[in-house]
Amino acid sequence: MRRYSAFAIAREAARYHQGWERAWAAPEPKKKYDVIIVGAGGHGLATAFYLGKNFGITNVAIIEKGWLGGGNTGRNTTIIRSNYLQDPSAAIYEKARSLYETMSQDLNYNVMFSPRGVMMLAQTESEIRGYQRTAHANAYQGVSTEFISPQRVKELCPIMNIDGPRYPVLGALWQPRGGTARHDAVAWGYARACSDMGMDIIQKCEVTGVRSEGGKVVGVDTSKGAIDCNKLAVVVAGHSSDLAQMAGFRLPMESVALQALVSEPIKPCMDVVVMANTVHGYMSQSDKGEMVIGGGTDAFNNYTQRGSFHHIEETVRALVETFPMVSRLKMLRQWGGIVDVTGDRSPIITKTPVQNMFINAGWGTGGFKAIPGSGWAMAELVAKGEPGPLSAEFGMNRFIEGRFIDESVAAGVAH
Amino acid sequence: MLILECPYCGVAAEETELAAGGEAHLTRFGPGSSDDDFETYMFMRENPKGVNFERWRHANGCGKWFHAARCTMTLEVFGTYSAQTYEPPADLIKAIKKKRPDWPGYGAHK
Ligand SMILES: Cc1cc2nc3c(=O)[nH]c(=O)nc-3n(C[C@H](O)[C@H](O)[C@H](O)COP(=O)(O)OP(=O)(O)OC[C@H]3O[C@@H](n4cnc5c(N)ncnc54)[C@H](O)[C@@H]3O)c2cc1C
Ligand SMILES: [Zn+2]
Repeated sequence: MRRYSAFAIAREAARYHQGWERAWAAPEPKKKYDVIIVGAGGHGLATAFYLGKNFGITNVAIIEKGWLGGGNTGRNTTIIRSNYLQDPSAAIYEKARSLYETMSQDLNYNVMFSPRGVMMLAQTESEIRGYQRTAHANAYQGVSTEFISPQRVKELCPIMNIDGPRYPVLGALWQPRGGTARHDAVAWGYARACSDMGMDIIQKCEVTGVRSEGGKVVGVDTSKGAIDCNKLAVVVAGHSSDLAQMAGFRLPMESVALQALVSEPIKPCMDVVVMANTVHGYMSQSDKGEMVIGGGTDAFNNYTQRGSFHHIEETVRALVETFPMVSRLKMLRQWGGIVDVTGDRSPIITKTPVQNMFINAGWGTGGFKAIPGSGWAMAELVAKGEPGPLSAEFGMNRFIEGRFIDESVAAGVAH
Repeated sequence: MLILECPYCGVAAEETELAAGGEAHLTRFGPGSSDDDFETYMFMRENPKGVNFERWRHANGCGKWFHAARCTMTLEVFGTYSAQTYEPPADLIKAIKKKRPDWPGYGAHK
């Protein structure tokens, strides 16, 4: 793999840009792999990357039914933060956030990580108490956050109206090292690194069956034929229940549509990410100048990657009081993704009833921020067959043991 | 936009008038049941691609709970029926089977 650098740009400029290589190969599947990963979203690709990097396992195929990064990884609003409440969540999200800090260098691929700061507005008395509690928990967890005053909110984000009649801004939970990154670049950067390690990324290949013998996984059926494996890692977000059904078990999970939308590009007006959980909307400005807006999920199970129309209106309406300028913006595009929501709003990174088959799912509305940490933890689970410290609490057995990792407050709005 | 006919008041209600209530026909387990049964009741879900039976409430209308059969891949609605039943009506199952010959049938994965 030829490295990207300022020198490479100069070199290619001098020869009409004819020397750029393909970023990743497009191989046909082999008969057998040590590990098959289903799903080339961020989490699947990061799992592959850390299998190679941390465990030297490179006889790996990543099988994707569409195109890599075409699922939720390429559809999210790219908010990265780690100000969760429970210790296991803070640990894995903060691990992920810290890996984002050096991801561009680690992958030699510019993922445009922009730690511009994330604030979650407190607009009710109970939100003040909730976020103060989170700020205290974060202090113990070594996650740098603070609870800030309405005046400080206004300083950080002058376009905001903090004394709205219905939901005035009473303060905010502020994480200065949270921010955004370029979602496609995260998938592409990992894909390039995995391909360079000799892994096969097989796109336009749908897994249609899971084959097992004596309770142990032996391979998958795909639209390109059967492929054998020693270990199977299923990382397919909203499609996890489907894959579980192929293997003969159920998951504590439901799939719903989550939407986002962007406005026409405008001049820079907001250099932080703002989330308003009470009214259910959040916003940031992309480098292109578009206002990136998201809100809540649909309430019913759905696989159509579209989302209900009235949610767009609800989301934008929610933001208008706090951001009056929104009422003057034209919206350009809207899209949806199918997110995988568990009973306690926390992911599962787990062994399954089928031996050597592992599942990483349930990141729901907020798993972009977790990609590197989740890949790190999943690679450890797959390589060793047992969960490591980051994923130990996220097993599926927590639902039977009543040991929930309740993030319904921290996950709040869908982001 | 999703439109469901409320089997009680007969109104063709659109989504904003309704509240989704999750998977239908769950077998309920309470105190004294096994951990497995309780977990299944509380958390395990069918979440199928295709035909799905679910509970809805005509929240901004007559206020009553009812059932609906819907396709999660296309949003096609096969029908709605009363809440006072343990399983979908036979004629509805037959009608779905006719439209979706590949459908494994009600409760096939339970
Ligand atoms: C509108 C929206 C906004 C969001 N905003 C944020 C945010 O601001 N911050 C944040 O942290 N998170 C956010 N999220 C959540 C985040 O996008 C996801 O949690 C994350 O991208 C999940 O990554 P993944 O790799 O697990 O899944 P995906 O990227 O969905 O990858 C799964 C892949 O599996 C493939 N697949 C499925 N079935 C099969 C099969 N049978 N065979 C082969 N391949 C298969 C799919 O095609 C897909 O490419 C948002 C999500 C949405 C939809
Ligand atoms: Zn009614």
